[in-house]
Amino acid sequence: MNEQQQTLWDFMRQQSDKLWEQTIQHIGLTFISLFIAVLIGLPLGIFITRRKQFSGAILGIAGVLQTIPSIALLGFMIPVLGIGAKPAIAALLLYALLPIIRNTYTGIIGVDAAVKEAAVAMGMSKWQVLVKVELPLAMPVIFAGIRTATVITVGVATLASYIAAGGLGEFIFGGISLNNTNMILAGAIPAALLAILFDFLLSRLQKLNIQKLKTAAATLPLLLILLSSFYFLPDAYGTKLKAGFTPEFMGRQDGNVGLQSKYGLKIHTVVISDAVMYKAAYEKQLDVISGYSTDGRLKAYGLVILDDDKHIFPPYYAALIIREDALKKFPELEKTLNLLSGKINDSIMTALNYKTDYLHQSPERVAKDFLVSNKLWKPEQSGSDGMVRIGSKIFGEQYILANIYSMLIKGYTNYGVATKTGLGGTKICFDALTNNQIDFYPEYTGTGLLAILHPSPKTIDSLTPSPDATYNYVRDEFKKKYNIKWLKPIGFNNSYALMMRRSQAKELNIKTILNLKRYLESR
Amino acid sequence: MIKVEHLSKHFGKIKAVDGISFQVQEHENLILLGTSGCGKTTTLKMINRLIEPSAGKIAIDGKNIFDQSPEVLRRGIGYVLQNNGLFPHYTVAENISVVPQLLKWDKKRTEKRVEELLEKLHLSKDCLHVYPNELSGGQQQRVGLARALVADPPVLLMDEPFGALDNVTRAKIHVEFKALDELKRKTIIMVTHDVQEAFELGDRICLMDKGKIVQCGTPSELLFNPHNNFVKGFLAHQRLQLEFKTIRLRDIWKWLPPQLSKGGAFDLSWDVILWDVLEQFKFNASETVNITNKENKEEKSASFEQLMSAFYQYKKQEAHE
Ligand SMILES: Nc1ncnc2c1ncn2[C@@H]1O[C@H](COP(=O)(O)OP(=O)(O)OP(=O)(O)O)[C@@H](O)[C@H]1O
Ligand SMILES: [Mg+2]
Repeated sequence: MNEQQQTLWDFMRQQSDKLWEQTIQHIGLTFISLFIAVLIGLPLGIFITRRKQFSGAILGIAGVLQTIPSIALLGFMIPVLGIGAKPAIAALLLYALLPIIRNTYTGIIGVDAAVKEAAVAMGMSKWQVLVKVELPLAMPVIFAGIRTATVITVGVATLASYIAAGGLGEFIFGGISLNNTNMILAGAIPAALLAILFDFLLSRLQKLNIQKLKTAAATLPLLLILLSSFYFLPDAYGTKLKAGFTPEFMGRQDGNVGLQSKYGLKIHTVVISDAVMYKAAYEKQLDVISGYSTDGRLKAYGLVILDDDKHIFPPYYAALIIREDALKKFPELEKTLNLLSGKINDSIMTALNYKTDYLHQSPERVAKDFLVSNKLWKPEQSGSDGMVRIGSKIFGEQYILANIYSMLIKGYTNYGVATKTGLGGTKICFDALTNNQIDFYPEYTGTGLLAILHPSPKTIDSLTPSPDATYNYVRDEFKKKYNIKWLKPIGFNNSYALMMRRSQAKELNIKTILNLKRYLESR
Repeated sequence: MIKVEHLSKHFGKIKAVDGISFQVQEHENLILLGTSGCGKTTTLKMINRLIEPSAGKIAIDGKNIFDQSPEVLRRGIGYVLQNNGLFPHYTVAENISVVPQLLKWDKKRTEKRVEELLEKLHLSKDCLHVYPNELSGGQQQRVGLARALVADPPVLLMDEPFGALDNVTRAKIHVEFKALDELKRKTIIMVTHDVQEAFELGDRICLMDKGKIVQCGTPSELLFNPHNNFVKGFLAHQRLQLEFKTIRLRDIWKWLPPQLSKGGAFDLSWDVILWDVLEQFKFNASETVNITNKENKEEKSASFEQLMSAFYQYKKQEAHE
């Protein structure tokens, strides 16, 4: 435990620059959104106290907005506002709106009718009644609303990192995808502390007596503006192109860390979620992104992969891994499975992924169409000679492969097939294989190397430049350690890659990462 | 002078106020009296346009109030609310200074006036900077009155100003109220459902029922010349007390015996009401009192029995008229 804390502390110290920047961004985002939310919510709240017939509709809409899942709301924002600060602020302020409108409304409605009447009877105008009587008396309730909104906003602002708006979410989500607890905590703890701190400060403000509250209410806007301006402090340097990398890519040796150390690539980088990254590149919000080389969106959005001259991205050749005893049990299996080897290259796999991910065809149909067009398809045989169990991880490409193999086995042998698709991540799939729950599943050489074998960094460095060396290494080690056989590579490589829009890459004549670096450094 | 003509207010089907007319003379104190829900508050609020009437006319000093902006109108009318309606976020001083602020008085003038009123209303200066919730109900009531009086408006509307007070405090405030010089220069309409209060403070009383005025007149007119059984019934169970409070020694002068010997325990003016005379007999009923006729300085004296007998003769005569 102690060690854990120690290393967390170390991590935070090491990354103090980033941590500081993210915290500042987080505060800035929170308060810009809050400031605008107050600017909109307060008058709206007042408005519905005057026109009660609108109160139901406006509170209803604000309530519905709040029930939209944050990520979905951020998603809706992108087509309209692009990526970065604008959509993040817009989404955050929509969340903050409900408590502010509602509390303004209930606060003002709750002011003693006799007191309001007295104000009117003294000869105050409507405006005077509002500023001299209603708002001051509703202030504690309105403050409570702003307080709620603040805490909500601090929390939701972590999601801003999905759309390249920065904030502490970069550490949190980077940490989650890298399975790095210290990184998660380095983001989560400051975020929680911010929420507690702001809540505490506002609660102090709320408890001030009404007299002092007048001055407090006057200073609040200034304070909000000041804190909001934090957001604009960083973002000092820009380059000709803008890159968007996933939180995971940012933290990986075979990701941004390698790009910087091995290529010395200096590019203005924002952190963004995999879910919106491709589209953002397509819409020219980003110029360079980190993607997977066989992702269907590559085709959908007209992107090209830049060659990795220095081989910092280890090859992720796909091949089946199968237990030796299964091969013995089903003698015809290896021959049948190898029917596919070399048949699917990167662009074919991308095209297949495109069909399921973007044209929303079922994996069965895509599998059958593929086999038919390659003249590999045969009708089903009896399936009476025992049951082969196929596994797959939980994403589209693996579903397609599982279906193709299933059809091959049924067509070319007398074996029956049971598929266990959607076995989560690498660890679950591999455990199922070694524990004789499944007989084989498609795996990637890079994953086998980095996630299962965990060799020394030196070995990794020596292997990764060569796809064949990597394949040979994992094949030999798996055989030795687990008695599992790597069949021949299927033919495609699903590794990390840098991508650009095809048109832009052509225009700037960028084909490789070194081209990109040269372009960035040129004047 | 306030003139109300054919004033009505309908809330949907409810006729809260139904075609009433009355006048209040300058410096007169008119009481709107009636049971709960008879339309007193509604009537009062129409006079400073807190409620817009469905029909009818209201003029103050001959000027139609609907020709003025409501804000300006209200700044010239003091208003005391049923539950005082003080601003909880203002100190006493700030509460009282609301109207001067709206009228843009300078600070010195406001301060001076606030202090003057505090003194007149027997509030200590320590109250100035406390908030209303730190005051007793009676003190709050006085602050409410001060707030209404501060700009010295010629007209004062009061909605059950002493409604929330206990009897002892109320009696005390009544005494102060009657003694307050500020109020003598004002035209006042005051709402109450307390018959005693109405008789004690009112120059004239409008008795209302179901949105209509049943009878409008001086206390003794209501008491001795009720227009109908409703008026009679309304006053019935406090009748004796009301009579004692309405009738003055001058009213029964002619039935009092001439002075035989000057030896009574007290000297009284003939303006004193019977109630107060009876107070004097509280401790010794066998005493006699000396009474002076203010007009010709004639003196008479009477014992308790003689006073009572004169009182009954007066009533008999009133009833025959
Ligand atoms: N805003 C309103 N909407 C509908 N009805 C109303 C409204 N205000 C008053 N009324 C009705 O008008 C009638 C007269 O009300 P008002 O307040 O004038 O009575 P009141 O004589 O002042 O009674 P109380 O002695 O209880 O204060 C009542 O029946 C009441 O229900
Ligand atoms: Mg009333």
